[in-house]
Amino acid sequence: MNIIVCIKQVPAKDAPLAVAGNWIKESDIGFEMNEPDTYALEEALRLKEKHGGEVIALSLGPERVKQTIKEALAKGADRAIHIADDNFAQLDPLGAAKVLAAAIASQKCDLVLTGLQSDDHGFGQTGVLLAGLLNLPHATLIMQIEVLDGRLKLKRELEAGWFQWMECPLPAVLSIQSGINKVRYATLKGIMAAKKKEIAVVTRESLGVAIEPTQRIERIYVPTKTKKTEFLTGTPKEVAAKLVEKLKFEARVI
Amino acid sequence: MKILVVTEQRQGKWNNTSFETLVAAQQIAAATSGTVSAAVIGKGVALFAEELASKNVAEVLRIEHDLLESYTPDGYCVALKQVIEAAKPDLVLFPHTYQVRDFAPELAASLGKGMAGDCVGFRSEGGALVFVRQMFQGKTAADVTFTGAAPWFVSFQSGAFRADLLAAHPGGKAPVNAAKVALNAGDIRTKPLELFKEAKSAVDLTQAPLIVAIGRGIKAPENIAQAEALAKALGAEIAASRPICDEGWLPMERQIGSSGQTVAPKLYLALGISGAIQHVVGMKGSRTIVAVNKDQNAPIFEIADYGIVGDIFEVMPALTEELQRAKG
Repeated sequence: MNIIVCIKQVPAKDAPLAVAGNWIKESDIGFEMNEPDTYALEEALRLKEKHGGEVIALSLGPERVKQTIKEALAKGADRAIHIADDNFAQLDPLGAAKVLAAAIASQKCDLVLTGLQSDDHGFGQTGVLLAGLLNLPHATLIMQIEVLDGRLKLKRELEAGWFQWMECPLPAVLSIQSGINKVRYATLKGIMAAKKKEIAVVTRESLGVAIEPTQRIERIYVPTKTKKTEFLTGTPKEVAAKLVEKLKFEARVI
Repeated sequence: MKILVVTEQRQGKWNNTSFETLVAAQQIAAATSGTVSAAVIGKGVALFAEELASKNVAEVLRIEHDLLESYTPDGYCVALKQVIEAAKPDLVLFPHTYQVRDFAPELAASLGKGMAGDCVGFRSEGGALVFVRQMFQGKTAADVTFTGAAPWFVSFQSGAFRADLLAAHPGGKAPVNAAKVALNAGDIRTKPLELFKEAKSAVDLTQAPLIVAIGRGIKAPENIAQAEALAKALGAEIAASRPICDEGWLPMERQIGSSGQTVAPKLYLALGISGAIQHVVGMKGSRTIVAVNKDQNAPIFEIADYGIVGDIFEVMPALTEELQRAKG
């Protein structure tokens, strides 16, 4: 089973964000693999180990995403495609999906996996849009995958503790729910092996994708507070005493 | 502006975010001199349609078909595309549910349109609509506008609008019209099977008056004991944000947020929780919220009544000791 995993690189979780127009200042902050995508990659590697085939990591973004691509290769992806694009942050969800879909269409694959959503834009649309653009069936929020004869049996998470079993023919696009598996770390052997693996570089232009945005992020900003927060300061002992006092006599909740 | 709200029901029950989305539609209609229609989709949904008709809407569209009895993304996309092409709304609104995430972006794309998902508000600026959504896990907000011709597609996050503000129909009842859709079994490629719940959870966090919740800031499973000691001193239940349960450090039944439980205790003490949207929707109704986080810009402080910027590993033991002393 040949599997393409879409992987995004996003600002590191603890990176201090400085707003710049409708994106952030990229200098001085670290980047990492989008956490929901780590679960999709892990699931792809497990499916490959069980059923054979190859895993292709696909990432859209500027030069810096090479680092995340190398991490995917070190964990066990067989090869990668980097869609080099310095202006990726200006793409709307449909635009980004069109570029990814064009790259996927150039490959022979049975399954496309994405994470639940990205930790930066957070649109959570890529998998569903890819299915539409590639005319493939899809399912989202997947917590378990069983490969049957030419089709998949899937456990899909619903809200409030509910789940649903479903069947989906192959080829298909799946958005993986975070927590489906325990992700592996790259081994030293994997890191060494990754150096010899192929990273094909393509561009939006070479894929022949014209961009007609459907929506625009005008600006981003620190949200306005809905509550007035009273900040307690002092040594840990002092703030603990102040908080207990507040909870007892002001909020009256203990 | 002509607004169509696509409501959601599953197995004879409303998803209540549907009503919040209707309130959003009524407010957008008021700001743009628009009209609101509401659609309900499924099989045997006459009673749902009647209930919608009692609200202040111009029309209710009843979209029924045998093949729509169980939700499938293909069935919903094929049916709703026909309804939208016939009704020609300018704006199509959805509650931002797991089901909507599963089909609405594809529905919009099938009409060549984009969708602004998971919005928390809107503004009308000189006749143009600006939608507000969160980015970077709630650390920033973003103003989004649509380019190109209508229809535009938007989903609103649970809790973004207050369902109790929903206006009733002034004349008693809006007309209910059946929307004809053509659907073939061959259109539907996935096969939904049984719905189920995992083993019934032993703990019902919704009934807990006091909750101590931990997030990524707890760093390692061996540190959870400190939070548990604090919970014990407080007489509180322990809970967590999704990443902690994904790691298996606490069982899934202790998870608060969109994929876990929604709680509204008297006191919610958030330790090392940044306040990502998916967590906040599950606890923002709490009466008093206390947040302890080393990052003073963490979004959890947006909704906290009391905030402590500091190291949870210093605050937890100090607070445990203080609570034990107070109990005496």
